[in-house]
Amino acid sequence: MKTSEQSLSNAVTIERKNFDALFASLIKREYQIVGPTQRDGAIIYDIVKSSNDLPEGWAEEQNAGTMRLKRRNDKALFGFNSTVQSWKKFIHPPSQRLWQTKQSSGKPAIIPEKSKKQKLAFLGVRACDLAAMGILDKVFTDSPFTDTGYRIRRSDILVIGVNCTQAGGTCFCASMNTGPAISSGYDIVMTEIVEKSRHYFVVEKGSKVGEEIIKELPSAEANVYEIEGAEELVNKTSSAMGRKIDTTNIKELLSRNSENQRWQQNAQRCLTCGNCTMVCPTCFCTTIEDVTDLTGREANRMRKWDSCFTMDFSYIHGGSIRPSVYSRYRQWLTHKFAAWHDQFGTSGCVGCGRCITWCPVGIDVTEEITAIRMSDKNNPSITLSKENK
Amino acid sequence: MKTKAKPKLAVWKFSSCDGCQLSILDCEDELLAVAGAVHIANFPEASRAVVKGPYDISLVEGSITTPHDAERIHSIRRQSKLLISIGACATAGGIQALKNFSNVKEFVSIVYATPEYIHTLSKSTPISDHVKIDFELRGCPVDKYQLVEVLNAFLNGRKPNTPHYSVCIECKRRGIVCRMVGHEQICLGPVTQAGCNALCPSYDRGCFGCFGPKETPNTSSLAEFWSKKGMGKRDLIRTFRGINAYAKEFRLESESHE
Repeated sequence: MKTSEQSLSNAVTIERKNFDALFASLIKREYQIVGPTQRDGAIIYDIVKSSNDLPEGWAEEQNAGTMRLKRRNDKALFGFNSTVQSWKKFIHPPSQRLWQTKQSSGKPAIIPEKSKKQKLAFLGVRACDLAAMGILDKVFTDSPFTDTGYRIRRSDILVIGVNCTQAGGTCFCASMNTGPAISSGYDIVMTEIVEKSRHYFVVEKGSKVGEEIIKELPSAEANVYEIEGAEELVNKTSSAMGRKIDTTNIKELLSRNSENQRWQQNAQRCLTCGNCTMVCPTCFCTTIEDVTDLTGREANRMRKWDSCFTMDFSYIHGGSIRPSVYSRYRQWLTHKFAAWHDQFGTSGCVGCGRCITWCPVGIDVTEEITAIRMSDKNNPSITLSKENK
Repeated sequence: MKTKAKPKLAVWKFSSCDGCQLSILDCEDELLAVAGAVHIANFPEASRAVVKGPYDISLVEGSITTPHDAERIHSIRRQSKLLISIGACATAGGIQALKNFSNVKEFVSIVYATPEYIHTLSKSTPISDHVKIDFELRGCPVDKYQLVEVLNAFLNGRKPNTPHYSVCIECKRRGIVCRMVGHEQICLGPVTQAGCNALCPSYDRGCFGCFGPKETPNTSSLAEFWSKKGMGKRDLIRTFRGINAYAKEFRLESESHE
């Protein structure tokens, strides 16, 4: 962690009117820029060419099972919170070919798929999503088995982070210790400040490339008021977050509550549609489909996003291991919040809130975990108080 | 590879609009490959030429709505090594199964001048209610890519990639903004089987449920959610009583609001 003295010497301010210099600098370096843009009544991540493509003056109102865009009363470029989907689709595509086989004369030949290196600049990565990218990195590259395609796609991505200066309706990153401030994993980090007479960004470098880019931009050294102002905005965001999860001993809590009746109650509502897993920035599961041509001479092995909410996901000889709704929801939630610790050493949840917003019937993971904690029969503190009697 | 005799393919029609048969013709790029891989022995929408059975693969379109149909399907079954029912009519009774919820005799007496000429069964039923089927391909109409995939799988002796999960999974893979969450539209996607590649949501419409109920569909949760938002019983019934009205889970849901 940087001390504020260090950041004092590093931070610069860039005025809104000069913001497009960042685009110019990135384009000059041959980056394709991916950032937030308004489309289909929502804010999504896609290719952006200039600040005109950013959702200027837009925010979104999110709650369990609902999202609406609304106009802000200022012209903030990053005045929204979370997008429909995360950056996952760019580094872990929804569908990809792993290899193909062709049979021309006699023996079939295996043709491996060459993953293309992509030079992308992710503009406007939030703390939660950056933490999620770190988790995906761990899953795909920091284990005995490296996903080559992922490593190649991920290898040349520039991260320009944006600190959140407001909490979204379903956010709970503060509970998961991933935000709202960005602490690592970025090349450049910005805090957008919109005042009555001034609209600017407090910008800090996080890498050598980041430093070189910042140097090219029209900027001024940030003063202590500007830096503290930015920090204050981010701190306020943390305390204004409406949703939270008590993560104290959450692994043990969920492990000893596998038969909690809350799972059954939730199953009345859960659609097993899989939306939560699709929008989750860390859900990485895939399925394999072999596709042949009509002659049977050519076959492609495809890998597609899958979900633990499908029956096929746990299908082994004879049937699915998790045919009931509650067993599938429990699998997802306990993997994300408990078993993930054993598997990857961190929580699988970053608190972005997308699973809450994009659940068609508004199932709220923070509410579910709280309900389990409240009805935890084996809670040591409850047992202790009984023993004392 | 050994050269085998081309499998004989027959296409049969029962009560239907012919749309699923047209999906075969709609395969365009794949059509020549299909014609090259199989011997099309009977296909009324495409040709009057009929080759006698038995057939290796029979694709059956349409539902059973007359006593004559109920007989004919048995003769087709007898002539077919593999019988695949295609489309919402053949797999669930189709839109004409709306009659299953009413008194057909009454309709007939009102509509037709000479009701005694009309020989119709009281219910429109899927093929699987009458004969053993080897595979069901859902949709109204079927998706041409899925249709080729199914033929492909049978020709190559592998399992077809026709998942039973929700439309939502296809929708999210395509990056479409949810019609329910983002636009408060009625969408059957969360309880409907994938296969269309989220066609309607990609044109800003909620899912109509053409591919029928998905695996383990929680229709009552969706209905309760909509009813809390102010949807009345009449609309709830109509939402679930569409093209796949007689598919078990949709039928039970609509009946529960009567």
